[in-house]
Amino acid sequence: MTDVDEAPLLEARSLTRHFKVGGAIARKNLHAVDDVSFAIGEREIVALVGESGSGKSTVARLLARVYKPTAGEIFYQGRPLSGLRSRKDLLAYRSDVPMVFQDPFASLNPAYRVSHGILRGLALHRPDIARADRRAEAERIVAQLGLDAAGDVLDRYPYELSGGQRQRIGFAQALAYRPRLIVADEPVSMLDVSVRIGLLNLMAKLRDEQGVSLLYITHDIASARYVADRVMVMYAGHLVESGPVEDVLQEPKHPYTQLLLDAVPDPRAPLTVGPATDRGEPPRVIDPAPGCRFRRRCPLAVDVCEQVTPEPVELAPRHRAACHVAVANAGLGELAVAGRSDS
Amino acid sequence: MASAPLPDGLLSQEPLLQVRGLTVEYDTAAGPVRAVESFDLDVLPGEFVGVVGESGCGKSTMLFGIAQLLSPPARISAGSVLFKGSDLVTMTARELNATRWRDVSVVMQSAMNALNPVRQLASQYEDVMRAHGEKSSSVIRQRSEEVLALVGIDKTHLKSYPHQLSGGMRQRAMIAMALLFTPDLIIMDEPTSALDVVAQRSLMVQIKELQQRLGFAVVFVTHDMSLVSHFSDRLVVMYAAKTVEIGPTRDVFAHPGHPYTQGLLDAFPSIRGPRVPLTGIPGSPPNLLNPPTGCRFAARCPHRFELCDIAPDMYDTGHTLAACHLHAASREEALR
Repeated sequence: MTDVDEAPLLEARSLTRHFKVGGAIARKNLHAVDDVSFAIGEREIVALVGESGSGKSTVARLLARVYKPTAGEIFYQGRPLSGLRSRKDLLAYRSDVPMVFQDPFASLNPAYRVSHGILRGLALHRPDIARADRRAEAERIVAQLGLDAAGDVLDRYPYELSGGQRQRIGFAQALAYRPRLIVADEPVSMLDVSVRIGLLNLMAKLRDEQGVSLLYITHDIASARYVADRVMVMYAGHLVESGPVEDVLQEPKHPYTQLLLDAVPDPRAPLTVGPATDRGEPPRVIDPAPGCRFRRRCPLAVDVCEQVTPEPVELAPRHRAACHVAVANAGLGELAVAGRSDS
Repeated sequence: MASAPLPDGLLSQEPLLQVRGLTVEYDTAAGPVRAVESFDLDVLPGEFVGVVGESGCGKSTMLFGIAQLLSPPARISAGSVLFKGSDLVTMTARELNATRWRDVSVVMQSAMNALNPVRQLASQYEDVMRAHGEKSSSVIRQRSEEVLALVGIDKTHLKSYPHQLSGGMRQRAMIAMALLFTPDLIIMDEPTSALDVVAQRSLMVQIKELQQRLGFAVVFVTHDMSLVSHFSDRLVVMYAAKTVEIGPTRDVFAHPGHPYTQGLLDAFPSIRGPRVPLTGIPGSPPNLLNPPTGCRFAARCPHRFELCDIAPDMYDTGHTLAACHLHAASREEALR
């Protein structure tokens, strides 16, 4: 069940990551990511949105091999990542799927000139480029990102650059590897609004001109809409809705997506503050019982939501939602029997 | 020049807070940096004023200047902050202590850092009340429960430590603390920026409800213009230490007079309407150590013309006041 027509570039199947919490006596499992399946195609920007604590950064770290999955598997170009054993294979994967981090102030080494990270990436991942040519290649990459006077920027230290420039350097480091898929974890949330758009445009340009795919992780749905082709919504470790970005935003099927959309401040829209304004908070998912994790906040919750964890169901072309009520409304199931129980 | 930064029709009302010519300098090795320059603001009783601007524009320094919370190397080099007629700038520490919390309270950006991590909420509330002369434990307890109820937190959390609360609850606990004496003015420095959209929205709605119920005035600083769009009565836009535009919030959004305000508005993608390509604002703010003598936004401005070498006054655009020569009635007025 992929949403990508041809063979996907990267696919996650039933991806699960638990963390042990508590002491030796009261050992418990925090379910950061539970049974998440998705695919990312070539030349595609996929946005992963959700509240803090929903597990979206854990997904990024699983893809970047910072964590190993508790269960489930990630396939890159059809090959399972758990099969990557040799240093050569791992390096090759990391150069194809690099990560860009949230905080451009913390993710560059302050003791080195910015050229350091880029040149090091070139040395590690691009053996085809001779040592003498690396500098020229670094300048080419930096210029491509719209940093002026490329040669000059490379010789500066991170503290001499603005936030927007630093984040471009973060992208330059990733681009030096000739990546196929960039995992960008909140790449613009620390930046001022006036420079944010520049980086979002840059992401779209990388997709259009170089065919790079992106997993854009964000809590800002409006920016996800601006740049992404598809969007996936996470809540408490589950993927609750996914689909083409306009379909999901214009016709959200999951009540959580609806809640998220209602919460987005939009100066162009009239103020709608109903009495049902949500004051709930996402649960900490520690050793959860079966059932929909959104049910306590959900205006539509019915009995079955207490007992059965909803599975993602395709409700419209390529548009899935994991909600018993939405499935029943679409005529694809009955509320009493929809979904299957978590075993 | 239109100098009174108040909407017409409200001029008759006595302002609660009158900031005039507030200038804050940071002493650095390279010389003084003016982080806030000649800042004027009037706040009426019960009014909600939003202040927006990007990082480094001086908005937080301005708030700290109003609340007299600046510490060296920052200092107020000029201006006055009249609160109910008395100048906070020249007040002694003792007088300030009596005013703080009782008449003016401050809600900081990060509740995690503003609350004491090793003390229960009850004891932190008690601290505030005892410092202002409340001796009765039962009164303190009752009031603490009342303010927590106001922000929708169960009173059992009086026995909680900050780490036991979620981010949204901590921020609400801070607001409850600010309400202990029902002050006339609450100053808020990005109280929602550590929260995600849903929690942010519910906190904003709650602040607005409390404000309408209890009648306090709010000065609310944020970098996210769209956040205050539905909540503030008036909006101040700051750029490079100065006010560039001020006006009723809806007018600022509907008829922005300053190109910087326009640029900020154009930088927000929307979840509704057609998907249009946006540009943001190219360039970066000027170095305040050596700011340009003319308009500070000129280097990034798409409408730049020869007059921009002269620092603009605030001009009435018909909707808002904007510091931009585009709105000067004539060339002579600009050159005056």
